[in-house]
This record gives sequence, structure tokens and C-alpha cells, in this order.
Amino acid sequence: MQGIFFMKTYAGTDTYIVSPELMDSVNVSIALKRPLLVKGEPGTGKTLLAHSISEALKKKMIVWNIKSTTKARDGLYIYDTVLRLNDARFKEGDVSDIKKYIKLGKLGQSFVDDEQVVLLIDEIDKADLEFPNDLLNEMDVMTFNIPETDETIAAKHRPIVIITSNSEKELPDAFLRRCIFHYIAFPDEELMERIIRVHFPKIEDDLMSAVFAKFYWIRSLNQLRKKPSTSELVDWVQALIAGGIDPKHLEDKIPFLGTLIKKHEDTAVIEKHRDLDHTYNKYRSRPRMEA
Amino acid sequence: MFTEFFFELKSRGVPVSLHEWIALHKALSLDLNRASLDRFYGIARSILVKDESLYDKYDMAFSSYFEGIETPEEMIEEILKGLERVRDLALTPEEMAKLQALDLEEVRANFERQWREGRYKNHKGGNRAIGTGGTSTQGAFGYHPTGIRVGQGGSRHRRAIQIAEERRFRNYASDVILDTRSMRVALSRLRTLLPEGLEDELFIEGTIDKTAKNGGEIDLVWKKSLTNAAKVVLLMDAGGSMDSYIGLVERLFSAARAQIKDLKYYYFHNCIYQDIYTDMRRNTSFETRDFLRKYGSDYKCIIVGDADMAPSEVINVNGAIHYFYYNRTPGIEWLKIIRDHFKKSIWLNPRPKGFWHTADTIPLIAEVFRMYELTLEDITDAIKFLMK
Repeated sequence: MQGIFFMKTYAGTDTYIVSPELMDSVNVSIALKRPLLVKGEPGTGKTLLAHSISEALKKKMIVWNIKSTTKARDGLYIYDTVLRLNDARFKEGDVSDIKKYIKLGKLGQSFVDDEQVVLLIDEIDKADLEFPNDLLNEMDVMTFNIPETDETIAAKHRPIVIITSNSEKELPDAFLRRCIFHYIAFPDEELMERIIRVHFPKIEDDLMSAVFAKFYWIRSLNQLRKKPSTSELVDWVQALIAGGIDPKHLEDKIPFLGTLIKKHEDTAVIEKHRDLDHTYNKYRSRPRMEA
Repeated sequence: MFTEFFFELKSRGVPVSLHEWIALHKALSLDLNRASLDRFYGIARSILVKDESLYDKYDMAFSSYFEGIETPEEMIEEILKGLERVRDLALTPEEMAKLQALDLEEVRANFERQWREGRYKNHKGGNRAIGTGGTSTQGAFGYHPTGIRVGQGGSRHRRAIQIAEERRFRNYASDVILDTRSMRVALSRLRTLLPEGLEDELFIEGTIDKTAKNGGEIDLVWKKSLTNAAKVVLLMDAGGSMDSYIGLVERLFSAARAQIKDLKYYYFHNCIYQDIYTDMRRNTSFETRDFLRKYGSDYKCIIVGDADMAPSEVINVNGAIHYFYYNRTPGIEWLKIIRDHFKKSIWLNPRPKGFWHTADTIPLIAEVFRMYELTLEDITDAIKFLMK
């Protein structure tokens, strides 16, 4: 039944497995013409979502990577004053034509494109606190004005806007109100198995179950500074397959731990807990007196 | 529609605005949820809730409001309404032809008749009656292109209310977990931006000024851009009663170090007197007076401790826990001196709030410092206070 209901809407791609809830969120955001804000643990595929949408809907993608120094205006247009000053000084080109020195930013480019595009604003929380607020109006009405040339740039086709955040900073309420929000929860084992099978179609079942047992055990340790996520799991499985590791070895040791754990302190935590578990299991399986 | 759900959410502390509420109704009028409660659950959440730590509150509101609707009688109303929407569906010509072959009134009448006959219950497969599976025009999980879903929230496995009742997001609720990452997020508010570091931003006015003075010879002037410059001094209780919270405090500490550029930390045991320790085990210390001279009042002071000790340690002269340690000024006076020195200071207590009244000294110290529990929600409030 889904076929007729969701024609020309997003339903994931072959290489990107998406939960039904996320699928709905994407489609709601497209239908309501509001930006989709995606949050989640690092490595749960926030950025990949945008790539997958552009692939599934066959639309061009424009990526705007946000850095701590990015200003909202950079996304609209950049007025290259230094070049103009330089040209004036050395008498190069026609400096009276300001248009020559104005370049559209990523948001501006997504407005003037002849087709509807997918605009990814990656890691919006990296920027200054005021950054999202500065974009509110442009996002709402999808037009902006360049005072230097008195030109108004209006969106030919409203872009599909996907915004990712690592929640390093709190985003302003006024901005949040205008977004559709989705938190990518960490995949449960069922979904994770599908994800791993997409990446490694030929993976053997016993390796898969051994890997999962270890992986979810590591994630259950609360003392970890950084818990491994999907992307680290994919790396690890790749390493295990490339190294030809026998699943049986996974029981008492964790080969290529470096692909899962990136912090020195965390390695120590895992060592400690493995010893504790070992002692506990030995205690559980101790010979008991007959009743 | 569901106005009470709106108030239910509000009363549970989910900040829903009218703006978002209208957006939800727009989504419903576009029938994005396909008349399914299961889908409605996800869609409403994506529109109304903008913070994963509120997901749990949303789940509770959802299950309490929609619990009644689970009964089939009320679902029927919903379904009959859904029947009218069939006309608006986007269909391929092929499917359109199939749909036209159906008389909607007939479907409806057929549906109501079968419902009254009770044929809906436990019917599976087949191609005529209402039930699950099969190619009938009514029922759940069927394969008929114009089929109407009956009595199911949508998913084969779970209904929306069951999902909500599971409260899968309980762990994201801000008063529960406190791993390093979430703590880092809370502490990130401590960042303030001040001009600092390399001069890497073009200062246009300055450039024009200087160029004019140079008689047209262009001279670029740069200025410092904004960088994070929060200053924090952290005082931690390293005493015996804190042992059970060491893991928690360690996580707070590692989060703070990642977040704050200028972080200084010192230790004390139970209460602060005339000395402050740089290393508790090696017993290296320096005078509290010097400490206050060293760090100006613009530092934010965060004290972490359970504030639970013998009352004498706080209010008596020579009350310190170490027998050979004499203090001429009682601990509480030292605490007041520290509070008055810094413009902003707080006390974080790892002990749950509910137990604060059971220790004599906690209320005493809470009178001196604003005391916050070491939970994400409280840390967030505390940081807000520090940054005000």
C-alpha cells in the first residue's frame, strides 16, 4: 500500500537504511516546506541522510559546511572588498561594477538554481549562537536582498533544507519552532543488522552475532568517554573481515579495538570490565556442592 | 482537533507553541499520517518536540491522551473519515481505474455492515471481508491498492500507544542520564565569545581610515575575531563520603576540560578552610587567601561536593575533620568569603535532591551557595545562572 501513498517521496536508498519514523519526518519536512533538523550521536548517519535524500529524489545537492567562524551572511553572498580595493589600486578591471565582486554563498546558490536542490547545512551548532537567528527570515520567505547592488534574490524553487547538529550548542527557540526535528536514536539490533548487511552482504551469521554481542556489550559500559557508533562498527567489521578473524576469537579478545575506541582512557575501561566479567563468569561457573 | 492533547503536552512541560500546533494541523490536512495513529505519533513528535530530552515527556502525554482512542469504536469514526479522503490520493492511471471501479458509498455500506456483523475480529486473509492481510478493500496490512486500513495503528508489530508506553526515550530525559557527552553539552553554555587570539578578520573601517591617511596607498588592518574565553575555577570535594560519586565527578571533570579553555581546579576535604589543595594525596596546598588573590572575581566558581559532614566541621572553630588541622575561622565563614569574592558561584551536589534535608549541613551550605543537583537538568539551570 505504501507505493501509492508515498509516490515521489523519500523512502531511503539501497545503501542507506532508514527507520520508518525518520522517513516520515523527511516527508513531512518536504510537504510542509520546513527545514529538517537532524540530531543524534556522532556516527549515526546525519550527514549521510542528506546525500541519501538527494540520491533517492534525484536532486542536486549543495553542502554548506559550518565552521566556528561562519557568519550567516556568508551563506547568502560574499562581497570581496579586498579584491575590489586591489583592482582599484592597480587599475585592473571595472571597479564601478560591484556585481563582479559579489559571489553568492551556498544558500544563495540553492536559491538561484534552475531545479529544486537539496541543501545540507552541516553542523550548524559549530557556528556562533546568533547564527541560526540570522537566517530565520531568509529561511521563511526564501528571499534576500543584496544592499550593495540593490538586487533581490528570490528562490526559484524552495530547496529541501536538511540541517545537522551535534548539539554542542543550544539552538534558539525561534529557530527551532520553524524546523521539523528528528533525533536519530541509536539503531536497535534489528535495524543495525540491516545496516551491516547493506555494507557487507556476504557477512557470515556467526561473525555477525559475535560482533553484535561484543559491540552492544561495549556500548553498555557507561564509563566510556565516547561510545562507539554505527560508523565505527562498520569500520570494525571491515577490519575483522579483512583480517580474516575467526568469530570464536571474539569471545575472549577484541581484535582491532582501535577502530571502535578512540580514546586511551576508554581502552582501560574496557580492559577493566573484561576482567571483571571474566571473574564474575568464573564465579558463576564455580563447582558447587551437591545439595 | 485534539486540543486537549496540546494542553496535555504543555502541562507535562513540553514547550509547544501555537505556530507548531498549526503546522501539525496542516500536516494532518495534507493527510501525511495516512489516517494512522502510528504515523501520527512520529509526525506529531517531529513537528512539536524539538529536543530529544523531551521525547519521554511526549511519550507520557501521548499515551495518557490517546489511551482512550485505542478502542475500536472510536477508531471506526476515524476510519469513516478516512474513507472520504480516498478521493484525494495520488494514484497511477492504472490504480485510478481500479478505484473508479469501486463505488465509495458501496464500500462504506459494505464496511459498516460487516463491522456490525463482527466479521472484523480475528479475520485473516481472504478477499472479501474486513480483516488482516488478503486483498479485500478493507482491513489492515492488505494488498488492495485502494484498501482502507481498519483498526490498526499501521505497524504490523506495534501500535503507537504501545510504542509510547514503552518510553524508549526515558534515557534521554534530561534528569536521568549524565554521560560525558551530555554533560559536555550542558557545560558548553559556559563558552562566551570574546575577541582573542590571532588578528585574522579584516577591519574595514580601520583599513579605509589608514588608506586615506596613506594618501590612497592601501593598507589592510586586521582585528581579532571572537573566540571562546570562559574562565572557570572548579573546587572539588575529595573526601571519604564523596567516594561513591567519584565516577560521576570524573565525568563532569573530563567534560569541563573539553569545553572550557581556562579551567583551574583544586580540591578540599568536606569543607573549605584557610588552605586549598592542588593535590589531596600528596597534601600539597596553598592559602585560600592567595587563591582568591590569584583568581579575579570574573572567574566563575563551581564547587562540587556532597556538603554532608558533621555540623561542627562547618560551624565550629577548629572543627576540621583532620585532628591536627586547626582553623581559627569556621568553615561557613570561609565559604561566605569565597561566595562574596566571585561575582558568580554555585555548588553542585551529586547527592539526589530528595535526600538533602536528611543531612544537617546541606541546608546550611545551601543558604550560602545556590545549590544544584548534579543532573543534566540542574546543571543546565546552574550554567544559565552563571552566564546571566
